[in-house]
Amino acid sequence: MKIAVCIKRTPDSESRFKIAATGSGIDEAGLKFDMDDFASYAVEVGLQLNEKQGPGEVTVFAVGPDAVQETLRKAMSMGADKAVHLKSDAPVFDGIAVARALATELKAAAFDLVLFGKYAFDTSGGIVGTATAELLGVPCVTAASKIEIAGGKGTARRELEGAGEMVEFALPAVVTIDEGIARPRYPSLKNIMAAKKKPLETKPAQLGEVRVSVKKMELPPDRPPGRVIGNGAAAVPELVKLLQTEAKVL
Amino acid sequence: MPNILVFAEGRGAELRKVALEAVTAGRALADALGGGEVHALVAGPPGIGGKVGPLGQHGADVVIVCEHAGFATYAREAIAATLAERAKGGYRAVVLPFSSQGRDLGPRVAVRLDAPLAADVIELAAAGDVITVKHPGYANKVIITLEVKGSPAVLSVRPSAFTPKENAKAGKVETIAPAADPGAERVKVIEVIEGAKGKLDLGEAPVIIAGGRGLKGPEHFKLIEDLAAAFGNAAVGATRAVTDEGWRPHSDQIGQTGRQVSPTLYVAVGISGAIQHLAGMRTSKTIVAINKDPEAPIFKVADYGIVGDVFEVVPALTTAIQEAKKGH
Repeated sequence: MKIAVCIKRTPDSESRFKIAATGSGIDEAGLKFDMDDFASYAVEVGLQLNEKQGPGEVTVFAVGPDAVQETLRKAMSMGADKAVHLKSDAPVFDGIAVARALATELKAAAFDLVLFGKYAFDTSGGIVGTATAELLGVPCVTAASKIEIAGGKGTARRELEGAGEMVEFALPAVVTIDEGIARPRYPSLKNIMAAKKKPLETKPAQLGEVRVSVKKMELPPDRPPGRVIGNGAAAVPELVKLLQTEAKVL
Repeated sequence: MPNILVFAEGRGAELRKVALEAVTAGRALADALGGGEVHALVAGPPGIGGKVGPLGQHGADVVIVCEHAGFATYAREAIAATLAERAKGGYRAVVLPFSSQGRDLGPRVAVRLDAPLAADVIELAAAGDVITVKHPGYANKVIITLEVKGSPAVLSVRPSAFTPKENAKAGKVETIAPAADPGAERVKVIEVIEGAKGKLDLGEAPVIIAGGRGLKGPEHFKLIEDLAAAFGNAAVGATRAVTDEGWRPHSDQIGQTGRQVSPTLYVAVGISGAIQHLAGMRTSKTIVAINKDPEAPIFKVADYGIVGDVFEVVPALTTAIQEAKKGH
């Protein structure tokens, strides 16, 4: 089976963010970047499916500046066979444009399965995977928390608000991966060394017209400072009174 | 005056609350663009057409009902085709909820229309030819203002960001057929896994009671469920530590990688307040925290904090809420 996994490089989500002097981006100084969490689940799922299905190939794709090559190398140190870097120096907030660049590349290669994280934590729109599927004209399952492939067909489970659904789909297909599906493996030193020799191709990202752009970034307004109203069960009557008279939520 | 098309989401033959929120957002956008009409499209199994009254009450001039037995489960491709087909009739924007369905549909509709898409929107504005939206990114830690060029624009709105507002319009009903056969879906639903009956969804509940590691074990979530039951309109959530331990299902997780919620009241029980968790609930209107550690970071964001043993404070609170509710 030929599997593609599209990944993203994002800053450490636990960071304290500052806005850059331009006012239209975050200040990247001092931030640690790595493979986005959901992308790392997608890579792990791709590798596991490939191992189960017998000899196949896993190719990783990423759109971004030269620094994403480091993330692609990491995916190869986890076990991916090769990588394609679609170069775009400025961050792109138009998910449809990113999908266009990926679909242009993926179209030529006839993959059986293309995996994405269900969203990336920075832009967090969950657009790119589904839009890529539409551009490729293949079925798409979003936010899969379980996936199995057998006999040219896939089944997946999706979590909905307070419910779930099991779906069946034919290959080729695009599937976006939810949290909790698989624990991403740690690359061994040997595999980190081996990944340095795996093929990594760079080409310009064919984004087309970008129609969604950042005008401004700002930090959200602070909440008023917290207030401790008392200790133990003795504070409960005061709490109920405040919820009724001050917060007016009871 | 440009019109707005809204996807009024249902599940089975019932409208969801996010449908009213999307109509409210669509109404606000139509008014900002000069007072055009809002058309709300509903796709569901036979019977859903009888449930669309609230759409007109919340600002829909026209309700477009598309009934088909194949819409009893989520037919993603047929709904996307139907929305896109209708949107080709000259709408300025298509508004959807950023729900499980809406996030799945948004990109499908946008690509079919060759339209720009802005997802997870919390504020909308329009000036001349440009729609401007606010979207929280970086785990809700950064508010991003995006400019969306082109018409129609596809916009999905975050659940709870737009409070349903009564604004009665004609709500004239029109019926249409699906633009694609729901029986020909390439992604077929083979099983629907129902949640607990009558259980409120985290994204829709006005009150959320969430438990953390301070509860010490899955058996103690009974305390949380009892408190939720006392409120009557509450859903139960959990931290990532709790769902990773398997004490609660992953679908209950509130936080950066789980659900992002903004209820009217959020009660954090035995939750320390890690950044990962705060990212999912810091936009709640009122936050209550109960934790035995006075240094816990949750107290920095809690409007009302009680320092104490959760096993003592929570049952007392449950009783007090039951009493307060009786008084109403």
